[in-house]
Amino acid sequence: MAGTASGGSRRSRLAPYLLVAPGILWLLVFFVVPTLTLAQTSVTGTEGPWWEAYHRALSNYGTHFFRSLRYALGATLLSLAMGYPLAYFIAFRAGSLKNMLLGLVVLPFFTTFLVRTFAWKTILNDGGPAVWLLKQLHILGEGGRLLDTTIAVVGGLTYNFLPFMILPIYVSLEKIDRRLVEAAEDLYSTPMGAFRKVVLPLSLPGVFAGSLLTFIPATGDFINAQLLGSPNQQMIGTVIQNQFLEVRDYPLAASLSFVLMAVITVGVLAYARVLGTEELA
Amino acid sequence: MPLTHVSNTPAAPTAADPSRAESREPVITLEHVVKRFGSYLAVQEAHFAIGRGEFFSMLGPSGCGKTTTLRMIAGFEQPTEGRIVLDGKDVSRVPPYRRNVNTVFQHYALFPHMSVADNVAFGPRSQKVGAEETSRRVDQLLTVVKLAQFADRKPGQLSGGQQQRVALARALANYPQALLLDEPLGALDLKLRQAMQIELKRIQREVGITFIYVTHDQEEALTMSDRIAVMNEGRVEQIGTPQEIYHSPASVFVANFIGVANLIPAVVEHANGTDATVVVAGSRRMAVPAGAWPPRPGAAATVMVRPERLRLTSQAPADGRGVPVTVEHAVFQGPVVRCTLRAADGTGIVAHVGPEQSLPALEPGLPLWIGWDLDAGRLLPPDTVGADAQPFVKADLRHTMGRASLPRL
Repeated sequence: MAGTASGGSRRSRLAPYLLVAPGILWLLVFFVVPTLTLAQTSVTGTEGPWWEAYHRALSNYGTHFFRSLRYALGATLLSLAMGYPLAYFIAFRAGSLKNMLLGLVVLPFFTTFLVRTFAWKTILNDGGPAVWLLKQLHILGEGGRLLDTTIAVVGGLTYNFLPFMILPIYVSLEKIDRRLVEAAEDLYSTPMGAFRKVVLPLSLPGVFAGSLLTFIPATGDFINAQLLGSPNQQMIGTVIQNQFLEVRDYPLAASLSFVLMAVITVGVLAYARVLGTEELA
Repeated sequence: MPLTHVSNTPAAPTAADPSRAESREPVITLEHVVKRFGSYLAVQEAHFAIGRGEFFSMLGPSGCGKTTTLRMIAGFEQPTEGRIVLDGKDVSRVPPYRRNVNTVFQHYALFPHMSVADNVAFGPRSQKVGAEETSRRVDQLLTVVKLAQFADRKPGQLSGGQQQRVALARALANYPQALLLDEPLGALDLKLRQAMQIELKRIQREVGITFIYVTHDQEEALTMSDRIAVMNEGRVEQIGTPQEIYHSPASVFVANFIGVANLIPAVVEHANGTDATVVVAGSRRMAVPAGAWPPRPGAAATVMVRPERLRLTSQAPADGRGVPVTVEHAVFQGPVVRCTLRAADGTGIVAHVGPEQSLPALEPGLPLWIGWDLDAGRLLPPDTVGADAQPFVKADLRHTMGRASLPRL
């Protein structure tokens, strides 16, 4: 009898662990193990000392790293500039259109990433509508192009990651109690002041999450640079992909990946410090 | 019609606040205010004045328009018709951030990302009051609400009652002309609510600012208010002191909403300006003051008597003014016995029988007589449920505001 009772309580004590077990197992098999394998690859299989591949990665591909960070930062800032007002509008002003607008934000995901980026290739093509229009407006000179430029790559990144910026910001704005805005206005803040002192600070966790969801994948992206850019716009993701699949220099590819991871981690921690988001830092 | 807040008859001074009878200049005046949301009439003909330093409550069930009225005074809503005058200036179209009134919100609406001190400093800072003066006010008001030691905490680290007091300090830090409170105690448990009622009243006396208090809790309104406006379905049914509202309700709705009321159907037999004789329970003649309602002989009416004002006797009263009833059941409640009675025509009556009334054991089936003193009864228009029962309130507001309260406590 006593055995049954303690068996029951033991089961209830185990329940939380059983619930997280599938997730833990998944991460172990598909994240921890591959990461360790990759780490091992990065330090073996070369002629020189164990850090030989890291030395090559850092000395030969610095420009790619900086370019990737620059492009990703540009795409993140552009997404923020476009995404925040849109998220604000959907959360505070859209009324009954809210769900439809959110649907439109997510709609591009129904087509694959690759196909959508190819579509941009067509739109930005030398004989395409965008170039034609810009030439008519004398914004672009006679021999001017859009394809194979920085603008095209950063634009493509922005386009592809914009929804990842909009959705977290929308969620954080949606959570804000409207009465706080009323309270701020009751306490002599103009609508603009209420936004600055109440809405904006309370939406920062969404800005933080959206920026990470945009910046991190954009840094490692290789499709946009490959399809919309020239070798002059090559990003670190393209290099890693090349080293793995074409050159098959696995130690170099692996060490490039780890350097990228380290750079992003440091960047994210610094960003979290600046924004003061306690939950994530 | 001149709109003055003060009654021209000297209202009975009360123990709670003897200064009430003094005349106060109005700080906020609502003039024929109507608010519609689409076709829904939320507030109709709100027409009253609130005096400086007054504790004024708007009381009514949910949906009666009390919160909408408060939001119009705060500036969150604009009246569809009529004017709102604050300190002599028409503010009907002035946004909330340019009105010198502040609100204590139902769920406090404290800024979660700011410390208690920053919350309190929010208004003064928005008004560019100056750092020194701002911190002086923060210290002063956190002392008034007894939270000085919590200045650096975030609102999330405080209990409900403490958050409530922060909200109060935050609103008062602007030295508003009136403080608007929207069911501020609704989220607190009973004990804390009762403690906060006393606390609120203390703070109001201490700072001397007009409080406009919205509540659906009649006990809360009776405890704290100098005057109460009872609202129903967008209409102000009656405005008066707690004593007036309790003893001389202007309508069946008010009588029912405040405390327990016996509402006895009656027919007016005879009425002169001050007194009326009515027939209840088929044949019994009873005398009541005519009240504000001018009854015509033959008209249907309702007589309201509070349970504690009923006299129960074993024999028919000597003056013949009594109604025979039968005891249905009696429940001992400590100070009184709550006795449910039924008259011959089926009217249910509740009496609170105190120890001073010597009666036989109140067994079910026991025949008794009920009677009441002349001033204990109120003659009201008949209980027409759902219909426009109180046209006279709208027609002569001055009358409602100025009526002397007849009965004593």
